[in-house]
Amino acid sequence: MDVLYFAWVRERIGEPREVVETSATTVNELVQELAAREERYALAFSDLTALRVALDQELSDFDAPLEGVREVAFFPPMTGG
Amino acid sequence: MDVRVQTEDFDLGEVASSFSTGLDNAGAVVTFTGIVRDADAGDMLAMEIEHYPGMTQKALETITAEAIARWSLANALVIHRHGRLEPGAQIMMVATAARHRKDAFEAAEFLMDFLKSRAPFWKKEILKDGNADWVAAKDTDEQALKRW
Repeated sequence: MDVLYFAWVRERIGEPREVVETSATTVNELVQELAAREERYALAFSDLTALRVALDQELSDFDAPLEGVREVAFFPPMTGG
Repeated sequence: MDVRVQTEDFDLGEVASSFSTGLDNAGAVVTFTGIVRDADAGDMLAMEIEHYPGMTQKALETITAEAIARWSLANALVIHRHGRLEPGAQIMMVATAARHRKDAFEAAEFLMDFLKSRAPFWKKEILKDGNADWVAAKDTDEQALKRW
């Protein structure tokens, strides 16, 4: 699946998107897999209350299942307007 | 419904005038324009606005459609810019047209409240000394959604 990062999450991880091969069944499991990779991921995912997640471009939450999902995006709380 | 996500500036007068034309059934038009303001310390060079291209248009259309349905609006418009903007630049606008002014005002406030924390934009302040800070979301913005 495609995993996208925005704002400071993108800066911490060092790239805007990547293709991830995963057997994670929920967002939480995917986060654990990513955080275990390297320090920069661990840092980006160290406080989930400071993060939001969108699945296929709709806001979702960390308990959500990943079945059928093609695009996951992680970002900080939005600051539009 | 008219939803635009763009880097370029817009002509407020032209947009407001065109939005207000041909609304036979609406007695009230409200427009709100957001302007990039300097940081509190007066040391901001520019604001960079990042967004999530695949999601932004859809998220704004969903919020706008909800406002139209809830306040029976004759029409609604949202323009939101992204990219690098200097203090004083127009950053976004909303316009609502309703039969009565209360609905037009309320719908505009609803749109603003939801744009603040449910539209995928992120602001970064570029300071004159070369530093840069991501603007943190405010608890008060999240609280503001609860009244709707």
